[in-house]
Amino acid sequence: MKLVVVAGTPGSGKTSILMHTIRSLKQSGTSPAVVKIDCLWTDDDKRFNRLDVPVRIGLSRDMCPDHFAIYNTEEILQWAREQDAGVLLNETAGLCLRCAPYPDDCLAVCVIDVTTGPNTPLKVGPLLTTADVVVTTKGDIVSQAEREVFRERVNEANHDCRIIEANGLSGQGASELAEIISEMPDVGQELSLRHNAPLAICTLCTGEMRVAKEHHLGVLRHIDGFTEYKGE
Amino acid sequence: MQDIHELTIICGVDKSGNREDVERIRICPGEIVGIVGPTGSGKSSFISDIEQLSQGDTPTQRKILINGEAPGRDIRTDPRKKRIAQLSQNMHFLADMTVEEFLKMHAKSRNRNFDTVEKVISIANTLTGESVHPDHQLTILSGGQSRALMAADIAVISDSPIVLIDEIENAGIKKQEALKLLACEGKIVLVVTHDPVLALMTKRRIVMRNGGVRQVITTSPGEMDVCNELLKLDNYIMSLRNTIRQGGLVEEAVIV
Ligand SMILES: Nc1ncnc2c1ncn2[C@@H]1O[C@H](COP(=O)(O)OP(=O)(O)OP(=O)(O)O)[C@@H](O)[C@H]1O
Ligand SMILES: Nc1nc2c(ncn2[C@@H]2O[C@H](COP(=O)(O)OP(=O)(O)O)[C@@H](O)[C@H]2O)c(=O)[nH]1
Ligand SMILES: [Mg+2]
Ligand SMILES: [Mg+2]
Ligand SMILES: [Zn+2]
Ligand SMILES: [Zn+2]
Repeated sequence: MKLVVVAGTPGSGKTSILMHTIRSLKQSGTSPAVVKIDCLWTDDDKRFNRLDVPVRIGLSRDMCPDHFAIYNTEEILQWAREQDAGVLLNETAGLCLRCAPYPDDCLAVCVIDVTTGPNTPLKVGPLLTTADVVVTTKGDIVSQAEREVFRERVNEANHDCRIIEANGLSGQGASELAEIISEMPDVGQELSLRHNAPLAICTLCTGEMRVAKEHHLGVLRHIDGFTEYKGE
Repeated sequence: MQDIHELTIICGVDKSGNREDVERIRICPGEIVGIVGPTGSGKSSFISDIEQLSQGDTPTQRKILINGEAPGRDIRTDPRKKRIAQLSQNMHFLADMTVEEFLKMHAKSRNRNFDTVEKVISIANTLTGESVHPDHQLTILSGGQSRALMAADIAVISDSPIVLIDEIENAGIKKQEALKLLACEGKIVLVVTHDPVLALMTKRRIVMRNGGVRQVITTSPGEMDVCNELLKLDNYIMSLRNTIRQGGLVEEAVIV
């Protein structure tokens, strides 16, 4: 079975592109299963259900959704195998730009919305820089020149990725993504992350609500960049 | 790089899923082809199929061939190899950059010199009323200024053998001059238009309905005469428009 992890900011078009990609995959005889990890609420499962594929959702609640997805990868893969899936498509919540929830052995797909402007590829960090495929969406709303400038910026941030100019409404680009998926190898045994998860070992992580500095322990970074460890 | 001597559009389906009425359309360099039809009939979709060099992978299922062959993937996607320029219907830029920064990035993406930037701005300023400056933020430009800049950018930085133009008449810029600028000799030019003068200035026009091509009409000598009469009328209306724009009075104007 293959593993595809689809990440990108909320509203960038992940579900829309995946819907078209699922149609393409099914047409070529591959049976996909979909997992959607979100924080508090999602109705993406209803959208995927319309395509008649196995769908499972996970809500991470007060945990970083990317961390949650990583902890649960084995269970999710197991579930997909039980569904007899040929490929597991994992749509992430895409909220935390420091987390890039891509294991080494998957196809890492970053979906990014062109209308957010050509500086965005520089802002999204490992989500984009460690992706195999970058899918740009909503090019229908901007001029050709803006699409080309955006593409150039994606290339600057990630030289080696394959860029697909897609459209979540018309489905443009989805068959290309499905083709890449069908050519990729199966997922291995020992997965490890491409990029370390961000520092998150402080009193805020364990529920501290008070803002004043005196209440915080752990690895703390100051606005001037100075990082210290406070505690025992 | 190989020359483009023919662009072919192989028909797909309309919005109801029925085959289009014209099986194949071939266009050669030097020809200007119009695309006409009611609003929502699929004119913009038709030219964006060409821009993407679609291979049956859009809702219209059209296939686009260059010199009789399906183009390879790098030609379809890499702007440095892609030889198609498109002026879309969009009226505004969304990129949060200055005019100069943006044009420099675009020049880089198309392998052009940075000295093209100055040229783009000066050409844009011949098409629009109030000037565009290099340090203007793109997003504050008016619809007309944006369109003028997009058109000039296409003429210089995106200068390509295939040019696609979507409703150049809709932003109050000088449409005939803009068309002349974009449709230089030896290019394959497709112009989407609701304007009778522009439509009749083309050699052939593709008629769209319900998302599909219904027919291709060759402009007859009779229509060319009509076009010349219309041109006079159009220039007259333009001159009135200019006078009114400048705050002048048109009481003396004659109705022809
Ligand atoms: N062959 C087709 N099959 C399915 N949908 C289509 C087809 N052709 C066009 N459409 C859809 O119809 C809608 C209108 O098409 P389009 O924007 O191309 O019209 P237009 O002629 O450019 O209109 P306007 O004059 O208002 O600019 C779009 O949503 C487009 O995706
Ligand atoms: N114009 C345009 N809208 C799009 C495109 N892709 C997605 N959308 C719209 O963007 C919104 C968010 O898309 P969705 O797939 O739910 O994003 P997700 O949160 O990343 O899964 C929806 O309203 C889509 O219809 C596109 O290519 N063009
Ligand atoms: Mg979604
Ligand atoms: Mg249109
Ligand atoms: Zn996180
Ligand atoms: Zn913390």
